[in-house]
Amino acid sequence: MESIKVQGVSKRFTTKKGSVQALNSIDLAIEDKEFVTILGTSGCGKSTLLRIIGGLETASEGHVMCHGSQVTGPGPDRGMVFQQYSLFPWMTIQKNVEFGLKEKGVNKTKRIEIAKQYIDLVGLKGFEDLYPKNLSGGMQQRTALARGLANNPDVLLLDEPFGALDMQTREVMQELLLKVWQTSPKTIVMVTHDIEEAILLANRVVVMSARPGKIKDIIDVDLGKQRDYNTRLTEKFLEYKRQASNLIRTESMKVM
Amino acid sequence: MENQKIKIGTIEASQLSEEKAAPQVKTVSILKKVQRQFVPQKSISKRSAFLMGVLAFVFLILAWSVVTYTGIVDPLFAPSPSATLQEAVRMMTSGFWTDIGVTVMRVMLGFAVALLVALPIGIFVGAYAPVAAFFEPVFSFVRYMPASAFIPLFIFWIGIGEKEKIAIIILGSLPQLILMIANNIRNVESSLIEVSYTLGTTPINVLWKVILPKSIPDIMNTIRIVLGWAWTYVIVAEMVGASSGIGYTILQAQRTMKVDSIFVGILILGLIGLICDSVLIMLNKRLFPWSTNER
Ligand SMILES: Nc1ncnc2c1ncn2[C@@H]1O[C@H](COP(=O)(O)OP(=O)(O)O)[C@@H](O)[C@H]1O
Ligand SMILES: [Mg+2]
Repeated sequence: MESIKVQGVSKRFTTKKGSVQALNSIDLAIEDKEFVTILGTSGCGKSTLLRIIGGLETASEGHVMCHGSQVTGPGPDRGMVFQQYSLFPWMTIQKNVEFGLKEKGVNKTKRIEIAKQYIDLVGLKGFEDLYPKNLSGGMQQRTALARGLANNPDVLLLDEPFGALDMQTREVMQELLLKVWQTSPKTIVMVTHDIEEAILLANRVVVMSARPGKIKDIIDVDLGKQRDYNTRLTEKFLEYKRQASNLIRTESMKVM
Repeated sequence: MENQKIKIGTIEASQLSEEKAAPQVKTVSILKKVQRQFVPQKSISKRSAFLMGVLAFVFLILAWSVVTYTGIVDPLFAPSPSATLQEAVRMMTSGFWTDIGVTVMRVMLGFAVALLVALPIGIFVGAYAPVAAFFEPVFSFVRYMPASAFIPLFIFWIGIGEKEKIAIIILGSLPQLILMIANNIRNVESSLIEVSYTLGTTPINVLWKVILPKSIPDIMNTIRIVLGWAWTYVIVAEMVGASSGIGYTILQAQRTMKVDSIFVGILILGLIGLICDSVLIMLNKRLFPWSTNER
């Protein structure tokens, strides 16, 4: 069954300085429990597409269906993690992760238990009672991930979640996300401009072209379910990388 | 090989100079220490900051002492620190306390009323565009009418009693509070609001579950700043048609040419302000340890 269906979505931003066609008739169907990455150069409309799926932005044309019903606004069925972490600074790590569960009306003991479980999963055991400002960027992003996962949304939308992290931390986070998805599969749509990240994590890589944002190509990534750091070094991976790089390069040239 | 030898040589040389020219090294390191403090935007230790603050006061008192004790300035125009202190003691024992109390009460009462009204309006103006569209132009207009200009009108309307003083404080602080609190609310990052929507918060609940908790330290800071302004309004009000208060005392002192009393009055105002400010800053730090704001 399809989890997300984007149908003929276009988006035009009108500002005082003029208007920008950010997206142009996007059609995309995402299967249940599929991991899809959206790859494209910066400014090509990736965030806009994700935000329309999340219901944070409305499409100028077309619409998005989520599990058969039309998206009209944001909701807990589509959890989101942003690049800038967006943790609630007045709450401890524990309370941050509990937030969505509390909104759902999950009782306190159950809430604490579930939050602990996800804090554990992202490797933040022992940091429960700290405030976000006392954590490193990587740890803050892990908290944001735990918060999104603990709420158990049908779809998890990630907008360059590791974009602000250093190389090493980013790789650790990618493996963490892989592990999470392997142990408890769910529909994940992740935006990135990092080609390796896009291939390593995805079942399918959606490559976008710039101005106006269109789907240029979709690469089916057949690397199996069990992937890890070493997958990057395989012949197959490099072949996908070559393919994606070529697609991206022609796009970057156009923009410049 | 050559290179290595040279390296070893310099290490030996530096070690030698450290041992032999110890005092010189020490002065250099103090200079270096000072230099290290003067880096743009770099913070210094709490102790150094405190010492620097005290140092500024010491310089101020020193300069004051020099111009008064040496007779550069006629005591008629500026009393010496000791004369001022004497006058302060005299005033305190002859009823100035009640004047201080009266002024503090006026400020607190007027400010409390203004805050009580400004909090809900400011929050709604900041959160809801229609409310902002309604209130903001009016308060932006009122803000530019100095509260002191209303004194004659208020005396005409309500007389020269307590009510008039308090009304001036309210009129002065209310628009400032509303507009600044509204800005504190608006400054909450939209990403926090958006992420809470994707976690299931409704637009109605997001105000008190996300926006308010995030902005409370900033609102406290606004309160601190506007309270400082409220002090200037009360003094002006007390200088026009009053029979008690610090402002009244200062004006009386001018009529009898008692410059030392004026000094005491002004210094007391500064002191009370400093105490209020410090208490509010400390309170903010204590209540909101999570806050990333520096002040
Ligand atoms: N709120 C907005 N108002 C006006 N223009 C916008 C807005 N959001 C995005 N855009 C424009 O739409 C285009 C796509 O932006 P975005 O989706 O953020 O790109 P990406 O995430 O791929 O870097 C850009 O040209 C950007 O300037
Ligand atoms: Mg983006």
